[in-house]
Amino acid sequence: MSSRCPEIGICLLIALSLTACEREDRRFSEAAAAAKAPDTITQSDLQPGGPTPRATLASPYDDNAYAVSQGKQLFEWFNCSGCHAQGGGAIGPALMDEKWIYGAAPENIFASIVEGRPNGMPSFRGRIPTQQVWQLVGYVRSLSGQVRKDVASSRSDHLFMKKSEQSLPQAPPAPSSPPPQGQ
Amino acid sequence: MRACGAGSLGIAASAAATLLAVSSLALAQEHAQWPAPAGDFANTRFSALTDINATNVASLKLNFAFSTGMLRGHEAAPIVTTDTMYIVTPYPNVLLALALDAPGAPLRWKYESLPNASSQGVACCDTVNRGAAYADGRVFFNTLDGQSIAVDARSGKEIWRTHLADINHGESITMAPLVVNGKVLVGNSGGEFGVRGWLTALDAATGKLIWRAYSTGPDSEVLIGPDFKPFYAQDRGQDLGVHSWPPDAWQRGGGTVWGWISYDPELNLIFYGTANPGPWNPDQRPGDNKWTAGIFARNPDTGAAKWFYQMSPHDLYDYDGVNENVLLDLDVGGRQRKVLAHADRNGYLYVIDRATGEVISANAFVHVNTIDKVDLATGRPHYVAEKKPVVGQVVRDICPHAGGGKDWQPSAYSPITRYLYIPHQNLCQDEEAVPANYIAGTPYVGANIKMHAGPGGNRGVFSAWDVAVGRSVWEIKENFPVWSGALATAGGLAFYGTMEGWFKAVDARTGRLLWQFKAGSGIIGQPIAYRGPDGKEYVAVLAGVGGWAGGVVSGDFDTRDASAGNGWGNAMADLPKFTQKGGTLYVFSLP
Repeated sequence: MSSRCPEIGICLLIALSLTACEREDRRFSEAAAAAKAPDTITQSDLQPGGPTPRATLASPYDDNAYAVSQGKQLFEWFNCSGCHAQGGGAIGPALMDEKWIYGAAPENIFASIVEGRPNGMPSFRGRIPTQQVWQLVGYVRSLSGQVRKDVASSRSDHLFMKKSEQSLPQAPPAPSSPPPQGQ
Repeated sequence: MRACGAGSLGIAASAAATLLAVSSLALAQEHAQWPAPAGDFANTRFSALTDINATNVASLKLNFAFSTGMLRGHEAAPIVTTDTMYIVTPYPNVLLALALDAPGAPLRWKYESLPNASSQGVACCDTVNRGAAYADGRVFFNTLDGQSIAVDARSGKEIWRTHLADINHGESITMAPLVVNGKVLVGNSGGEFGVRGWLTALDAATGKLIWRAYSTGPDSEVLIGPDFKPFYAQDRGQDLGVHSWPPDAWQRGGGTVWGWISYDPELNLIFYGTANPGPWNPDQRPGDNKWTAGIFARNPDTGAAKWFYQMSPHDLYDYDGVNENVLLDLDVGGRQRKVLAHADRNGYLYVIDRATGEVISANAFVHVNTIDKVDLATGRPHYVAEKKPVVGQVVRDICPHAGGGKDWQPSAYSPITRYLYIPHQNLCQDEEAVPANYIAGTPYVGANIKMHAGPGGNRGVFSAWDVAVGRSVWEIKENFPVWSGALATAGGLAFYGTMEGWFKAVDARTGRLLWQFKAGSGIIGQPIAYRGPDGKEYVAVLAGVGGWAGGVVSGDFDTRDASAGNGWGNAMADLPKFTQKGGTLYVFSLP
């Protein structure tokens, strides 16, 4: 790196400005990645003989604070919060902990929203545009600290219920968790 | 009536004259069975048995226990016929029949109703079921996904099933049916999903729909006709179930019927409450929002409404009106009147003339700062302006909270002490109203809620209320909300359970603790008493914490979010230290 950059400072500055750009970017036309739904997902960690090679789809908005905050708003507007509260769970399971019933990978979260899950999670297929599903994925990941702190939302203007997504501790996903009876 | 009071305790029998629904209670007394969750049509939850009484209850012992194999909240009452006990579990709503005439009460049969698993997503407050009902050789119960089912009591074979509720529009069923005049009465749940509430009568023989009475909408669908004679002027007029709402809002206006139904055979009237209007955010539904948060009296054969009284017109706080209506005869100013006693979510205990719908008295039975009085001339509550929820603003310390002074957990009435034994909570909340979006089949609430303990810090109370005088006689403070039902017996006892798992017997006159047993999980079920085939008296209750108040345990909430479970996350964060999940039946007897 230093061979190409005369000064490490400039190099860092460029790197920072690039990430800052992505963090702040409000796109007029969405990146191709956000228009694409995952083809398949894996829900089991038991893969006979060992994991089969497969490409993991990155969450297109993991570095975009604007999209993640849009996701937070959509989480209210699509009534996700009616079942998952502000991450602590209610009718549906908590989303701010290390437990993932149907997989923690971005494409698994995407699939859970679009396909629904058998113990009560509704299927939103045909109800939410793909790009907004990815924004929701970004926000859901931020609830357990899976996105950078400077991407996650800061404290909201509502009745205080929990620490902001920015200051919630990271909860690394545990291997797939059993559902509580139901959910 | 002698049987009510004449026991080994020698309690005066004269007080027994206050009790009505003689025929059904007499039936329960003769056979000492418990055919419906409330025990009788009058909803007294009173047992005339006296074998277990205040002098010997200290030696009450566990006779047998039976695991239901389920982990969600167990709110049901076991029901008992001559030789069999029936239990309906939370989702997946398995019906268990235990042979009480065999040692250890083994399973006689098990009926799996197999409800749609997706229905768990429209169960606002845990996947509970409040019990089955027995009549004429059949057991009737409802499933979370909205089916009403009749099963042969002897063989466990299904006789009919009728699908009544649509989960894709947020409907479910959690209530226990009541069988009256050969009709099975069933109501829907889903007041937090923008459903339109109804009560339906099915033919007990075939399961065919006989009538359906909606709680909102035009008179023709609410079954309001020439027989409808409400006591108060504000309830008279054409299609008030349409005109007391913004255009079309009645179609998703709630008023579900998920609580208790009582029946007076002499008047041939049923009485039941309607739940909260939807959404909770009151600014989205200007008007009185009829016929939500009130009590209907109807003819059970036709469904025709006789009267209606609204405890909470334009409800501001999710104060459902579904709590039990206990039917009594009461001396009012020297005159015997047929009344119902109703401890409402709004914190007031109403005594209402059940023939006319006139409110005789309304007294606060908990700490209330949202309603400062009920005007007996108009029947209307006076709301305290500064406690009204406002969009974008936080209103602090609203008492009682959304669960009310008392929620679904049914009280018991003893005709001997003339006290109503009320299990209830002592909770308040901070609230911020927010816009609610209607998306069919998803929650439709519009309120951010954070609950906390009321004055004194104890979150629950079990109290005895003197109905004639209109005041509390004694109170037992409990750390957690008392979310179980109550049972009163002629043995001078009142029974209830706590969310930590204590099952308690107290002296019905003084409230003194006489006996307690620690169950394996918190108790939110309804205790009952019955005479077994061996001639002995038994007391039974289901343990298994959960329900709206216990979702912190049964739903594994993360209480770092105070809003978890609609605000219970804040109030109940310490419950997991005291109890874990698991449904078990406990049956007690004297050695």
